[in-house]
Amino acid sequence: MEAVLAVTIGILFAAAIYMLLRRSIVKLVIGLILLSNAANLLIFVTAGLERGAPPLVPRGMAAPAWAVADPLPQALVLTAIVISFGVLSFAVVLVRRAWELVRTDDLDHLQDTDR
Amino acid sequence: MSPLALPVLIPLFAGSLSLLAWRWRPAQRGIAVVGTAGLLVAALWLLVEVERDGIRVLQVGDWPAPFGISLVADLLGAIMVVITGLIGLAVALYSLATTGRGHEAFGYFPLMHLLLGGVAGAFLTGDIFNLYVWFEVMLVASFALLTLGSEKAQMEGAIKYVTLNLLSSVTFLVAVGLLYGLVGTLNMAHIAQRLATLDSGLVDVLALMFMVAFGIKAAAFPLFFWLPASYHTPPVAVSALFAGLLTKVGVYALFRVFTLLFPHHPGYTHEILLWGAALTMLTGVMGAMVQFEFRRILSFHIVSQIGYMLLGLALFTPLAVLGGLFYIVHHIIVKANLFLISGIVHRLRGSYRLERLGGLYRTHPWLAVLFLIPALSLAGMPPLSGFFAKFIVIRAGLEAGAYGVTAVALLVGLLTLFSMVKIWAEVFWKAAPEEQDRASAPGQGELWLMALPAAGLALCTLLIGLQAGPLYALVEASAEQLLAPERYIEAVLGVEGRP
Repeated sequence: MEAVLAVTIGILFAAAIYMLLRRSIVKLVIGLILLSNAANLLIFVTAGLERGAPPLVPRGMAAPAWAVADPLPQALVLTAIVISFGVLSFAVVLVRRAWELVRTDDLDHLQDTDR
Repeated sequence: MSPLALPVLIPLFAGSLSLLAWRWRPAQRGIAVVGTAGLLVAALWLLVEVERDGIRVLQVGDWPAPFGISLVADLLGAIMVVITGLIGLAVALYSLATTGRGHEAFGYFPLMHLLLGGVAGAFLTGDIFNLYVWFEVMLVASFALLTLGSEKAQMEGAIKYVTLNLLSSVTFLVAVGLLYGLVGTLNMAHIAQRLATLDSGLVDVLALMFMVAFGIKAAAFPLFFWLPASYHTPPVAVSALFAGLLTKVGVYALFRVFTLLFPHHPGYTHEILLWGAALTMLTGVMGAMVQFEFRRILSFHIVSQIGYMLLGLALFTPLAVLGGLFYIVHHIIVKANLFLISGIVHRLRGSYRLERLGGLYRTHPWLAVLFLIPALSLAGMPPLSGFFAKFIVIRAGLEAGAYGVTAVALLVGLLTLFSMVKIWAEVFWKAAPEEQDRASAPGQGELWLMALPAAGLALCTLLIGLQAGPLYALVEASAEQLLAPERYIEAVLGVEGRP
């Protein structure tokens, strides 16, 4: 399972970087979205995957006796998803505003509009 | 009671209050001044305690160290928070005169508090994922501040700023994830303890990922392009706040990570930092030479000055780290001040472009003096703060035998002086040009409110220069703490040092 996810993450990163290098600003934002999803998936996988073993401690024991899934990366991913959602929605609004003001979707045309 | 959480709580609380007072302008303005002054007082209190009792730790929610989030204040963190409070207060006072109704209606003051809270949190946290969260708090606030007013000129810089900073955040996040996979903990002291006994090639890879992530935030070569593209576009108070604090959070993170987590292979990581530092200094100052816009010149100089701080870290001797820290303190005050002064010039003459300015020495001699103090300090003229900062770094370079880099540092000092003299000659000395932008005459009260914070910061520069002893001693103790990470680890995890 880890191997499949690792390849998926690799493809996501590659696609994200390809999109980031495009000239279109909308595609740039799509690249950012892919990038943050790739990072989230990567954190999820790094601590190792355990199928069907919730990290619950049985009553009367100090620690579970069997291998359980590590809950911490999942908490991290949740935080990261919330943050990236906020930031990316800002990016989308920014791109929309830039379109309204500059009337271009081409990063090359955005040169020297700051004078 | 420990004041450790106060520098984080006060701005967040002030920000929330400010949000509640959204439509009530005088209250928002009052909260801005009281909140930032409160931050400064709390930070000073914290610094006094840390200096007296050593590293202070707060386990949030009373969860023991490696499990919960720890807030840690060592001398470096405390000093940085004090400077944050100082710049926050100066900018808050200044923005009372400059922000104007339009920007305030878009939530300028709540965002400012949020930014300060994020910066203070980043300086005080002892948990690497928590550091990421504070970075994001700071970043989201800075996105909104940067595009405040959303004018056409701001879009280009904003898109570059948002993209590159997001890229940096993702790199940071990936590095944190991989680090967790490697050592199974997020508490920085605990990570340091486990990395010390771990011999894996992955450690150096992680070190480099952190270097790239924080290098983008700190605007180091070759990752600095977002900075000169964006810092000249927002309202000037925002520029000053960013110029003073934001890149320095990146530098702080580099100092923290490369003294605490990755001090093991300095021959590899710190060599790369050294080259980065030299090229950062050079490209920054060269970029500034060809610019003819007040704030653009200053932006490029931020980049070049970051190089000196990184040089201190890269040489990694006690004196060099001391020099780097001294430089950070000096630079934050001076740079924020220069931006504040550029704003005063703009208010008087309606332009940032050097060819449209001139003759200000004749009409406003006090402003010329006010500009000269931070400008000469930036270039490293004695007896101002910049002289001592540069002197320590260069001396450390000579002692470490890094002659090439030291020569670059000296040359860049000279070129900085050239740039500052260029601004001085164009803005203040030459006769006012025929063709000028129109600006309404500012009221006396408004001008005072703008000049007061600038004068206060200039006074700090002078005091550091004339009385360098106390700050030197403080920063020396802080550098000692940084180079003995066992003390940090012991303070966070307890004396027995849980495995």
